[in-house]
Order: sequence, then structure tokens, then C-alpha cells
Amino acid sequence: MSATAELTDDPTAAGSLRPTPLLVVNDLVKTFGNGVRAVDGVSLTVHKGETLGLVGESGCGKSTTAKMILRLLAPDAGLILLGDDDLTAVRGRQLRQMRARMQLVPQDPQTSFNPRLSIRSSIEFNLRAQRIEKAERARRVAEAMERVGMPMAYGQRFPHELSGGQLQRAAIARALVTSPELIVCDEAVSALDKSIQAQVLNLLVELQQDLGMAYLFISHDLSVVEHLSDRVLVMYLGRVVEEASAAQLWARPRHPYTEALLSAAPSSGRTRIMLTGDPPSPVNPPSGCTFRTRCPVALPACAEERPLLQVTDPHHLVACVNEARTAA
Amino acid sequence: MTTLATTSDADTMADGPTPAGRDSAGGDSNATLRLRDLHTTFSSRGLTVHAVRGVDLDLHPGEITVLLGESGSGKSVTAKSVMRLYGANATFAGTVELDGRGDLLAAGPKEMLSVRGPEIALIPQDPSAALDPLRRIGAQIVEVLRQHKAVPTKAAAKARALELLGQVGIPDPARVYRSFPHELSGGMRQRAVIAIAVSCDPRVLIADEPTTALDVTVQAQILALFRSLIDRMGSAVLLVTHDVGVAEEVGDRIGVMYAGRIVEYGPAADVLGAPRHPYTRALLDSIPSPGVARGQLRSITGQPPVSGELPPGCAFAPRCPDAHDRCRATDPVLVDLPGRRLAACHLLSPDDGPAAASAGAAGSTTTAGPEGTDRTEGEESAA
Repeated sequence: MSATAELTDDPTAAGSLRPTPLLVVNDLVKTFGNGVRAVDGVSLTVHKGETLGLVGESGCGKSTTAKMILRLLAPDAGLILLGDDDLTAVRGRQLRQMRARMQLVPQDPQTSFNPRLSIRSSIEFNLRAQRIEKAERARRVAEAMERVGMPMAYGQRFPHELSGGQLQRAAIARALVTSPELIVCDEAVSALDKSIQAQVLNLLVELQQDLGMAYLFISHDLSVVEHLSDRVLVMYLGRVVEEASAAQLWARPRHPYTEALLSAAPSSGRTRIMLTGDPPSPVNPPSGCTFRTRCPVALPACAEERPLLQVTDPHHLVACVNEARTAA
Repeated sequence: MTTLATTSDADTMADGPTPAGRDSAGGDSNATLRLRDLHTTFSSRGLTVHAVRGVDLDLHPGEITVLLGESGSGKSVTAKSVMRLYGANATFAGTVELDGRGDLLAAGPKEMLSVRGPEIALIPQDPSAALDPLRRIGAQIVEVLRQHKAVPTKAAAKARALELLGQVGIPDPARVYRSFPHELSGGMRQRAVIAIAVSCDPRVLIADEPTTALDVTVQAQILALFRSLIDRMGSAVLLVTHDVGVAEEVGDRIGVMYAGRIVEYGPAADVLGAPRHPYTRALLDSIPSPGVARGQLRSITGQPPVSGELPPGCAFAPRCPDAHDRCRATDPVLVDLPGRRLAACHLLSPDDGPAAASAGAAGSTTTAGPEGTDRTEGEESAA
């Protein structure tokens, strides 16, 4: 199964000839004032031109991770490198320039657009922040709108005059306008109806093929992540529990949580592994492996030590005591 | 108006009770709730929105009927119209007949108060919005029990509330009884809401996107609980969802809604396994599945129509890959298809004339031929 991922003709796909890292995140930690440890040692790499999927249930820290990568939230500890630049260290003008290289497509475009600005102005705003002169701004806004298939006349409209799907196209245009190398899609299609969602997903793929930017694609919708991603990271309670190519993860999930998650999707066709209870509170997470309280195969050892991500197959990492034992 | 599964009346009678009692199509007498030609219109500030445009539906005991559709299709409005949960800006037409209580649309406000709860209960989408944040869970269940005089004493109410919390799979009923909503997780809150909904043993349960706000592992728990509760209680359920997976998992029957109408109806597995209406087909095609190459999803072009700006003819015609002139001129009615199914599409009934636009009366007959060559000899005279 892993071979299918490696043999794709896309040169940036997982496991192919030396992909170039674009974003490197190492050991990111964020604890909020109320004691919630939202992100607890997350490391990830996004390569140039690839799509890295990030899945997990609410409260697992996926959005917090995204916010720290975008420098919308300061991490307590950890390293974030975009290309050769340390994102955690830059500020001021330098940070502003870095922001042009990474953009966000948020979940709800209704709340991410200023209701009192026309669509055109909102897209252009992103370029103003980059101190780009007027004629160039106009050219680039027009180009971005054309790219996402939005008629120029829509530029004069206001957010409330567009449907959810159109507005999400505008949000993508707003992200594209600075020619970013990385776009973080935080539940970017979750609020859309299925028929519209398919249009937007196709658009995202087309843009990536034409422009070559990388996506960090965050979603709770497993079928969407499977469809879009080269590699996938599974998070649980602030930690990465498994990382693999999309094909490999769906063909052979190794972490008990991933197995349960994939089987819980309605009509997944998998044997349902019913987890009991809810995820524990991130204020007071269980000792050792945080999944052990709901894990169907937990051992006494799971309470002792936090399992680290171990390489099982090439390009397949799992943080589970059981996995480490069988691999050894 | 074509009554849902008019011809199936005869079938049902002939076949007698079918396995699990789940195969009786609409129109028969054992339905708990019968919707006939339901229309719901909202008007405010001179703007009129025709949200539900003639829905016929029968709900049967112990059976989960799913209304599947995208936002704005009228699925939630249909469900909430049954309980008349709208203010003065909503007007209804048609009938909603509850077995033994007559037409609910004609019932007075006082009578509706005695219907909501003991007869028809609602499980809303967002449990945090449904619960009173300032009162403990126990008090909120006891309130419903006392209000509808389901229990003789306060002590009995408390005992019953604890029992209900246990029935919905809450591991520690006594603690949850004393908890405030914010102290519970989303899954536990939804269980508490379900406990309130089933507290008075309603004959009809309306579940409006009951798991949409939940995580997928918790959703699996709640759906399993829901199914087992229904099997035990025998309520007739109307479940509203946009999620094809949820519909497939718990639905016995499915009505697919588009622009305020049911465009396809039938046994869940059949409708999703072999959809007949182009919209159902396109909707299923637009969902990412392992076989589809990246970026090659078959999306539906355009947008759903805005209520109040409906195209002439079939509402789906502007987005339909197979639409032809007749689709843009006249609105198709639901016609019977083999396997106790119904679909509203001109392509499925090539013989009916332009008269089909005017509402056809009940009594269309179907000649079931080999798959795909069914011919409907609809008697589509005006009602």
C-alpha cells in the first residue's frame, strides 16, 4: 500500500525523491492560562507543494497548532521554521513579510470577512499590509479572483451578498493574492454543503497543481482528508499519535485511536471499534499515554511512560507501547 | 398531490406485515404521523419564503425516517413544522395528522402544549443551546416529567429521571443529575437532552441533526444508543440530517429533499445504493470516496436555488446534467417506482404529459418492468 503513495507521479508526494522541507515544526508546546495544555510537543514537517492532513477530534489541539504556525498565537516552547527563517523569532516588518508567505483559509468565511468591506477590498487589504503599490495590487487582486473562478463583478459585493461557497472562493483568493508558499486550511470546507464542498476541493487541488503551494489541511472530516492529503497526522489530546501517508494510514492504521477513529465514521465499512466515554480533559490529562483511558488494548505499562513516535514502516510513525513492542 | 406510495397501499395489504414491520410504505393506516401536502411559508418585511412546498410523509412506529438534504432544502423546517415551533411569521397549509389527535395544524396553542413532550418530542442539534445553563440536569428532566404529569410525586420524578439518565448510557446518573450543563462534555449533554426527549415516552421523536455537533467517535456512540432506544420504545422517528453516512447508518427510509420538496423516497439502502433521482445521484457522487482521484470529485455545478427565486419547472433543472426542455417548463411530481420507491423526475416517467405540472391526484399505477424501463402510467389529473 505504501508503494502507491510513493509511485504517484507527483514529485512532491510522500516518500518520493528527497522532498524539500518547507515548514518544520519541532516540539511545539502551548498551555493556556486556564491550565489547558492544548498542544503538548507537536512536531511536523510540510514539504514544498504537498498536502499534509491534520485530523483529530475537537480539543485535540489541531487548530491551536495552526494558529502558532501562523504566528497568531505565541508558543510556550518549540521551533517553527519556514524555509530557513525561524518564525518564532521574527517580529515587526520581518514578520509582516513572512506573513505573505503563509496564509489562512478559515472555516467560516462569514466571520472572517469584514462585513463592511467589499470582497475586493478585503482581498486587497492583504496586499496593502504588504505595502504593495496600487496598480500592482489591482493586477494581483484581479488575477487571484480569476484563479478561483470568481467573476470580477463580485468584487463590488459585500460578504452578506455571497453564498457560503462563493465566499469561501473569495477567502481562497484572499489567501492566494500574496503568492504564499503555504496555505493553512482550517476546516476550510466543513461549513459547506457537500455539493459545494466538492467544487471547492477540486479548486484547491487545481490551484496546488498550477501554483505549487503546500497545504496544511486541518479537518475533522476523514473522507475529505483522505481525498486531499499526501501525508496525514493524527492528533489526540495535544499530541501526534500517528503519522503516515494517506494511503498507508487508511489501509493499515497502527495506533488504536486511529483505528477507532476511522471505524467510527458512519458507513465506513470497517468493523466498528466503539470507544467508551469522551476524551479526557486537557487540564488534567492521564499519565503516560493520554489515550489509555479509552484504549481497548491498554496495558498497565501505558500509564507509566509517554509513548514516543516510533518509525514502524518507512514513513509510518506511531506513538504506542504495543507498536513499539511488536517492532522491537 | 401524489400521496406517498399510493400504489404501495395495495402492496402493503397484500404482503401483510413485512420483516421488522419496516417495509410498509406510506399511505397505510398504521402510520403514527401523516403529513399531507405540507407547506410552510415565512414572511417578514414583505419578503416571502416558501420553505416547504408540499411534503407528504408517513412515520411508522419503530422506524427511523430520514430527511436528507443540504442547507435550505426545507428538511428542518418540515420537522419543526410538525411541532409548530415557529412564530407568527410562519403560515402552514396541508395537514399533519397525529394518530388519535387529528390535524395538528388545526390544533390550538393549548392543545399543542399537551402534544409537545408526551406525544411528539424534539432532539435538537445543539445540546448546549437546548439546556438551561443555570439549572441542573436533574431539575430539567424533573420539570418535564412534572409538567406533563408523567409521575405522581417529586420523589417518583427524581427516581424516573435517574432511571432515564441510566437508560441513555450515562455511567454515573447521580453525578450527572446534580451537574450543570457546562460541567458535561458534548456527548454527555446530548445524552441528557435525549433523556429529556424520551422522558414522557413520546410516540413521535423528531431529531434535528442530533449528532452534527459531536465528534465522530462520540457520534458513533450516540447513533448506536439512538437506534437501541427506538427499537425498545417503538417511537416513530423523523431524523433530519445533511450527512449521508448518518442517514445510511440509522435510516430505515429516506426522503431526499431539494428546494422544499421530497424528490426521492424509499428504503434507505435502496435510495443510497441505487439512487434514481439525478439530484440524489449527484449528491452521492460529490462525496469524496477512496476510488476518486484527487481533484476529480464530481461536483454539482451552481448553487441550490434561493427560496423565493425558484426556477420554473423542476427546481433542480438548472444544475441537472440531464435536464431537457420539459424539466425547465413543468415541475415533475413524485411517481411510484418498483421496490416501493418514489422519485420526482421527468426522466423517470417519459410518458406523462404537461398536465403533470398541475398536482396529480392519487391513484397513479406503476407497471414494473425490468430495471430501468419502468413505465409509469400516471393519472396526473388536477386534484
